[in-house]
Amino acid sequence: MTALLTGLRQLRQYPSAIIGLTMVFLLLLLSLVTVLTIPYSEAIRLWRGGAGVWDESPELARPTWFQLFSARKLPKTIIVDTRQSGKETADQPDGTRVVNASLRFEFPYDELPSAVGLWLSATYKEAQPFVILTWRKPNGEEVAFEERTPQQTDRYFVSRDERLRERLQARSVEEALFDAGSRGNGALLRGTYELAVEGILFEPDADLEARLVVYGKVHGIAGTDAQRRDLSVALLWGTPIALMFGLLAAVGTTIFSLMISAAGTWFGGRLDASIQRLTEINAMLPGLTLLVMIGMFYSRSLWVMLLAIILLSMFSLGIKTYRAIFLSLKEAPYIEAARTYGAGSFRIIFRYMIPRVIPMLIPAFVTAIPGFVFLEASLSILGLGDPDIPTWGKLLFDAYANEALFKGYYYWVLEPAALLMITGMSFAMSGFALDRMFNPRLRTA
Amino acid sequence: MNNGLLQVEELRLHYRTTQGVVQAVDGVTFSLAPRQALAVLGESGCGKSSLARAILRLLPRNVEVYDGCVRVNGLNVMPLDEEQFRRDVRWSKISIVMQAAMNALNPVLRVADQVIEPLLVHQDQQHDAALARVRDVFQMVGVPLDFMARYAFELSGGMRQRVVLAMALVLNPSLVLLDEPTSALDVLTQANIMNVLKRIKKDTSTSFILITHDIATSSELADQVAVMYAGQLVEISDAARFFREPLHPYSQKLMASVPRLRDDTKLEYIPGRPPSLIALPRGCRFAPRCLQRFAKCDQDPPMIHTEDGRQVRCWLYE
Amino acid sequence: MKNSTLLSVRHLHTWHELRQRVFGRAGSVRAVDGVTFDLSEGETIAVVGESGCGKSSLAKTILGLYRPTQGEIVFQGQPIHAANAATLRWYRRQVGFVQQDPYGALPPFMNVHRILAEPLIIHGIRKAQREERIREVLEEVKLVPLTDFITKFPHMLSGGQQQRVVIARAILLRPQLIVADEPVSMLDASVRVEILELLRNLQSAHRLAVIYITHDLSVVRHFSERIFVMYGGKIVEKGRVADLLRNPLHPYTRALLRAIPDADAANAETDRDVPPGEPPSLLNPPQGCRFHPRCPLVMPGLCDALEPPEFEPEPLHLTLCWLYKDAKP
Repeated sequence: MTALLTGLRQLRQYPSAIIGLTMVFLLLLLSLVTVLTIPYSEAIRLWRGGAGVWDESPELARPTWFQLFSARKLPKTIIVDTRQSGKETADQPDGTRVVNASLRFEFPYDELPSAVGLWLSATYKEAQPFVILTWRKPNGEEVAFEERTPQQTDRYFVSRDERLRERLQARSVEEALFDAGSRGNGALLRGTYELAVEGILFEPDADLEARLVVYGKVHGIAGTDAQRRDLSVALLWGTPIALMFGLLAAVGTTIFSLMISAAGTWFGGRLDASIQRLTEINAMLPGLTLLVMIGMFYSRSLWVMLLAIILLSMFSLGIKTYRAIFLSLKEAPYIEAARTYGAGSFRIIFRYMIPRVIPMLIPAFVTAIPGFVFLEASLSILGLGDPDIPTWGKLLFDAYANEALFKGYYYWVLEPAALLMITGMSFAMSGFALDRMFNPRLRTA
Repeated sequence: MNNGLLQVEELRLHYRTTQGVVQAVDGVTFSLAPRQALAVLGESGCGKSSLARAILRLLPRNVEVYDGCVRVNGLNVMPLDEEQFRRDVRWSKISIVMQAAMNALNPVLRVADQVIEPLLVHQDQQHDAALARVRDVFQMVGVPLDFMARYAFELSGGMRQRVVLAMALVLNPSLVLLDEPTSALDVLTQANIMNVLKRIKKDTSTSFILITHDIATSSELADQVAVMYAGQLVEISDAARFFREPLHPYSQKLMASVPRLRDDTKLEYIPGRPPSLIALPRGCRFAPRCLQRFAKCDQDPPMIHTEDGRQVRCWLYE
Repeated sequence: MKNSTLLSVRHLHTWHELRQRVFGRAGSVRAVDGVTFDLSEGETIAVVGESGCGKSSLAKTILGLYRPTQGEIVFQGQPIHAANAATLRWYRRQVGFVQQDPYGALPPFMNVHRILAEPLIIHGIRKAQREERIREVLEEVKLVPLTDFITKFPHMLSGGQQQRVVIARAILLRPQLIVADEPVSMLDASVRVEILELLRNLQSAHRLAVIYITHDLSVVRHFSERIFVMYGGKIVEKGRVADLLRNPLHPYTRALLRAIPDADAANAETDRDVPPGEPPSLLNPPQGCRFHPRCPLVMPGLCDALEPPEFEPEPLHLTLCWLYKDAKP
């Protein structure tokens, strides 16, 4: 314990260590907060999506802070719901009821929304309601949408309505809906818009609710992808996953390498020789290729990958380094002394040799962590990532598959890349500082 | 003694470490005539190795203080810049055989090639001409000539030490510093090397400073003896009188702790430890362990010159 | 008469096999090549020799670290050279080891308490008894006050203190024999005497037998009863300290004694008489007497052909040298 405290005090001398460790600490904190606030099942749900999850996210929206870089005001997503804004129901003389709702919103932005969508939900027994929709622009112009007979849930993607677009003779529906029309100079019309919903209910117990979503171009702290998923979920959850992966891989590899080389060195003879040959063969095996094959033909699950990586890295050339250290330790006087007072082989290996090596291990261990994180990211970019779990590598893969760079959606690529870099840098800086601490010869003081 | 070979005045060398400033050499003054051998005796941690480094200016990077006056043949070499010192003084006038130097031989060079290097660097000689000198010096130290083409690992410990000695002598320096030259060697090998040194001292006019903790061996070569404790010299005396009756309480205790083969005197030891060179006590540095201390020992004693030409840093001799 | 025999070594050979070379024959380094002696309870013997004479290998064979190639080691009637696991385990409690390098002998990552607890844990001593024993032992080596030292790590101690911990560890299991391999050669001159006195006191307090390996003959006379001089894997002279120093029989012993200086300014005037040559290779020892290539009194035809047996020119003073062939063997 005291060794740890003196060690920490020593680390204070190195600015890179302080920065690195602070960043590592922040990453760990972020992971912890993420795991606590967004439970795993929730994260998977948000990422897998499906009905209801992505409904209100815009597609390919930039992060909200992107606004800082743009002179034009970028639209946020606007949702107007009859459940909040209210509706009027009036009974008609012929037994039907008419529901009138006015879904109003302000549109003060400089750019068109990315899409417009409408959700109608109707309750009825047999007869569906009949809904008339009218769009009113601030300048009084009206556009009639098609009439709908919604079932229990009705999704009307206004933006994708081709007939509407042709009828309005515009390049896109949004242009027509928000444009000033032929009178204006093509500039966007700002002001109060309204969607008038008039629904005719044929049953006494029927009801109708409407929800208008005007999708913005900015969303959240990280933006969204082509499937409307909020990237922040993946980025946040990617942190604990990346850290866990890196840590477990580094720990597993190091522990096994250590035990293998210690046993080999201590017992010598054929055991040592076979371990050395295994190590040499392993060094020549193309690791990444093997992992690709495992991913393609067997399983892409994160845990399978983790296990495969540990198995492949266990017999790495690190064994030869540890072996060199153990060989010199084997002859150390205190080990000789231990044999004279009766210590057995296992005791000597675990209590006398390995603890000696551990301080030297720590820097190597810390610097190895980002290597494994990048390995997982690389595998994901190659398309072999775990399909269910959101990781940074997966984001990069999706970005690549959706041609994000070509299409100008830089944030999609830069955000996971930035996080990968920060993780790498923080561990590398900490690792190098630890190295200087444990290896006095590397010091310059 | 003033026109002697070497004069060191108030030499100081302090190092900066994470724990504080190590005052390894703290005001050392002595002089040495040609053809003389001075033994600097002391235990580990007294600063004697640093003294050698200070004289030869082989300084590490964390030097805090390095000053004083070092005169070689009357010329003060402290003001010389690094390049001048390297060219004119180091190795050509003063050379050194370091502790366990036999382990410092380059394993990939033949020993002759190692010994010839100073000749090629300092005197710009041609390889073949220089080889003649190498042969001479090998003979001087007693290494058979057919060993010249061998590699270091093919030689025994004693032979390697002789090769290192040859390397130190090859430029015919006036002074050779020897830092624990025989501590890693066996009794017979040690005796051999001391014989070699004795012969060289007689045949050439080389002076030696022998730094060691082995008092018995030092008597093989020493004309003068200096005792070092906690960064200071506490006694300087000629060998004959020193080994018979040392003056300083520390020297006396030191002599009493050395077992003698040929008589049965009871051995004594000095309780306690030498002070840390970082946190030196006020006053006489040996006082905490001295059985003869008295009130005045709270003040730092200067080097007192006795009437019969010896020097002691002790208030008992005021 | 004397105390009973504790350790009996007969014709002990320890040869270290060299790894097979691709061409040429692999040989063995004959580190211990025919050693025979008896050690009584409570006796101190010093084994003196230079590097490469095999004394360390002898020590380690007696400690059980090397298995002898040939010969017998009998300790308190038990054969150790061919011991089974149980006997070996018992033997380990009977012998303590004090090494040359005090810092290297202590695991740097364990504190003093832990270091001393290890042997006790291994031999199944319970916690309460362990604590008591650790306290006892630290008091005996005078590392007091205990609280100062118990939590310290080796690098926080001075060389002398480290060696005290090593000695403490060696006497933990109440051994009957201590093997000390150059126990003070890495310590300062003024500390050596302290440590040797400590060993001496422990020895008389517990009736310990001590085998003391060293190359420093000057120290030996003050701390042991008998001296064995080792050369080329063999013990070339055995005798009581006073006898050996008064009348060294073997030419090698004489050369050793001549080569050792006592602090005296007159030494600077004369050269020392040193036998020429180097210690013999243990791989290919010379034929006949191992010392004959360097011996000033060599008798050609005898010394270079036949290995001398042990002669006893004086009572209890034996030597392997043809010069004494007329003495009774």
